[in-house]
This record gives sequence, C-alpha cells and structure tokens, in this order.
Amino acid sequence: MISFHQVNKHYGNFHVLKDINLHINQGEVVVIIGPSGSGKSTLVRCINRLETITSGELIVDNVKVNDKNTDINKLRRNIGMVFQHFNLYPHKTVLQNITLAPIKVLGISEKEAKETAMYYLEKVGIPDKANAYPSELSGGQQQRVAIARGLAMNPKIMLFDEPTSALDPETIGEVLDVMKKLTKEGMTMVVVTHEMGFAREVADRIVFMDQGRILEEAPPEEFFANPREERARLFLSRILNH
Amino acid sequence: MLDFSIIVDYWDMYMQGFGHTVKASLLALLGSLLIGIVIAVFRIAPVRPLNWFGAAYVEFIRNIPLILVVFVFFFGFPALGVRLDSFTAGTLGLTVYTAAFIAEVIRAGILSVPKGQMEAARSSGLTYLQTMRYIILPQAIKIVIPPLGNQFINLVKNSSILGVIAGLDLMYFGDLISSETFVTFDVYIFVAMFYLVLTVPLSLGVGFLERRLARSR
Ligand SMILES: Nc1ncnc2c1ncn2[C@@H]1O[C@H](COP(=O)(O)OP(=O)(O)OP(=O)(O)O)[C@@H](O)[C@H]1O
Ligand SMILES: [Mg+2]
Repeated sequence: MISFHQVNKHYGNFHVLKDINLHINQGEVVVIIGPSGSGKSTLVRCINRLETITSGELIVDNVKVNDKNTDINKLRRNIGMVFQHFNLYPHKTVLQNITLAPIKVLGISEKEAKETAMYYLEKVGIPDKANAYPSELSGGQQQRVAIARGLAMNPKIMLFDEPTSALDPETIGEVLDVMKKLTKEGMTMVVVTHEMGFAREVADRIVFMDQGRILEEAPPEEFFANPREERARLFLSRILNH
Repeated sequence: MLDFSIIVDYWDMYMQGFGHTVKASLLALLGSLLIGIVIAVFRIAPVRPLNWFGAAYVEFIRNIPLILVVFVFFFGFPALGVRLDSFTAGTLGLTVYTAAFIAEVIRAGILSVPKGQMEAARSSGLTYLQTMRYIILPQAIKIVIPPLGNQFINLVKNSSILGVIAGLDLMYFGDLISSETFVTFDVYIFVAMFYLVLTVPLSLGVGFLERRLARSR
C-alpha cells in the first residue's frame, strides 16, 4: 500500500531522511516512534506529499507520489490525515468541517455528505456537537472531529502525526479509543505517537527512527521486550520511566 | 456663519457630484478588492512568475502618486487609441491604485492564517484555489477588516482625484460652484460635509463588522 525505496530528503544542507526503505501493507497498523527531530513527521508527511522527497521512490496506492504526472489531489482523497493541533477550520461548524471535502472534492450532494458526516460523528461519539464551532469543543472532541473529517472521505489510508500530544491527559483516552476501533476495522494506519501502551496494543509493527534513519522495525512484542538497537533501548527506558 | 443659500441654490450640482463620487467609490471599492485579492494570491502562490508579477504590481503602483496613475488612463490610453471619458479614467486609476494597497493588506491577512489550515485542506484533496476560497480567504478577511476599512475610507477621499480631470465628482462640482459664486470657504465646507456623509458611516460600519466578527470568531 505504501512503499519507500531508498528515499532521501534534504532541507537545504540538512539531511532529514536517510535511505528510508519501508513497506506497509493494506490493513497494517504501523507506529513510528523515535526522539524529537528524528524525522517522524517528515516521513509521514511525505506519504501525502505535504513534503517532497529529494531522491528515491515512494509509491502509495500504486501511484508514484512524486511523479510529475501524478494528480496529487486525486491521491490525497484516499489518504486521511490527522494532525497534532487538529487544524479544524475555525470559521466552520463541525458538520461543515466534515462535509467540505466530500462535497467539493468528491462532488457528492450536501444531503448525502451530511448523512455521512453524522454517521462518523456517531462513530467518534459526539453527534450532539454537529452544529458547534471548533472553539466550543474540548481538545479531545476537536481531535475526534478531525478523525471524522478524515474518515468522511472514505480513505484507504489514515495518517496520524502525534494525535494526542496536544491533549490533556484525561482526553487522550477518548481519542485513542476511536483509533483502536479503526484498527479493528482494517484501516491502513501510520501513526506517530509517544503512547507506548497504544503502540503495544494495536500496532502490527513498530518503526524506530533516529537521526533520519529507520534503525529498527519489529512487531511490538518483540520490540518492547527486546529492542535490538542500543539507541532504541535508551529511548524506551527514557520514555517508559519518565 | 456658513451661507446655506449656496447649498440650496446649487443642490442639484452637489447631488450630481455626490452621486458620481458614490458611484466611483463603489466601483473602485469592488474592483480594487477583486484585483487586490488576485494580486495577493499571486504574491504567495507557489508559482514564481506569479510572485514576480504580484510584487512588481504592488511596488510599481503604490510608489507613484495617484494622480499619475490616473493620468495614465486619462492621457496614456487615448494615445494607444482607447478613449476613456474622465469619469471612467479616474475610476480605473483609483481602482488600480487602491488595489496595490489592498493586496498588501490581504497578503498580510493570508499569511496570518496558521499554516496547518492550508495543510489540512490540501491533504483532504482540495486544490490550492479551493483551499484559498473556502478556508484561507474567509479567515484572512476577518483579520483584515479593520485595515481594509481604512483603505476604503482612503479610497472615498482619494476619489476627489476625479476633480482634477473633470470627472464630475463632488470635487469637480465644488470647483464649479466656487467659480460661479466666487465663494470658496463655504462651498468647500459643504463638499467636505458630503464626504463625511460617506466616510463616517463607512467607519462606523467597519467598527460594527469588526465587533460582530470578533464574536462569531
Ligand atoms: N521546513 C523545515 N526546514 C528545515 N528543517 C526542518 C524543516 N522541518 C523540519 N526540519 C528539521 O528536520 C528534522 C526532523 O523534523 P521532524 O519534524 O520530522 O521530526 P520529528 O521526528 O517529527 O520530531 P518531533 O517528535 O519533535 O515532532 C528536525 O531536526 C527539524 O528541525
Ligand atoms: Mg513531529
């Protein structure tokens, strides 16, 4: 579903992604962890071309992401993205946030878009907030709207970049619960997170990054019990004992 | 004491001038807002030649006096074989000139919208232009309402430039009435009052909008 072949990326002189090779199958849940500045966000943002790669090849849903002839807007329909800071549209209601892309991009009717939106709002547990503005919601509620907004496009892949890092501890759980539900439904997911409990529970694979490289890739049981890399061990001990 | 018989005797002329000033202001307001938005988007769109064009427009136009921009339309266009009456030439000049300032105001507004808004919208498959239209501009407009209001007030006052090329506006008729009556002070005080009739409500309206938008977020 997602394939990185020898992908490199530079910001000017700064080599942010180094020889990335990563293959993610349909329905797989991959959790990316690593220290701050290791390139996790950059890696995820390459998948829907929010960042462009410098060399190598990246194929998503059988499409070369960085090919000149690729219709990026068409590819992006199939890839939902959830950000650390939600990025809801503050001038639109919850319902309008969710229906905008289905109406404007997929061209479905407003009525149908609303029904779909309500379906996903039910799913994330806040149908009663349909007509609220984002600023009237808690962080956890906003993030659940953002997830519903992504799902309403009926994507094949969902990307999450630290979806709970900006949340109060009490609301982290409600967002993780929604994400867990998604993994059970077979959604292909790439998740950057520091929530090790979540990673252990739902990930099919853990990818550990440091300084722009993928240092280790393993199923969670294996990775958490016995990380091969010294730096992964160090990272885990710091994050688990903070 | 002001001689109010002037305003009574010359009411028709004042009204004609007032009408043209309103018309020129409204047309220039709409036109400069449209051109200003386009130029602002040109300046920040991820397309180099458009950036250059937008920057050239702004730097060129806002750094020459308004009257010269108007002269381009009034004297320059006829030389190219395009004849414009003085009202049209003046209004066009005013539009093109004000657009440069509005473009800068709007650009600042667009840049003040958080980057995540563009990213969220683009990653949902919206095109750059759709994102501008549905997500970025509506938020930018709210931010720029106060400075935009100032530009519109300037625009109304600047429309007096039409008087210089006999553009049938308030200023033009003020000059006319003054040369017929040999009165200057009173005549122009009445002209000023007509401008105030336009600019004060505009100013209050902007304040009202600002408060309403602040509430609706
Ligand atoms: N636009 C940019 N220009 C230059 N350098 C950048 C840019 N964006 C990110 N970087 C650098 O690239 C490196 C990787 O950034 P990235 O955001 O991918 O890290 P991360 O692993 O997501 O970190 P965090 O856990 O803090 O979110 C960092 O050192 C960052 O400073
Ligand atoms: Mg990051």
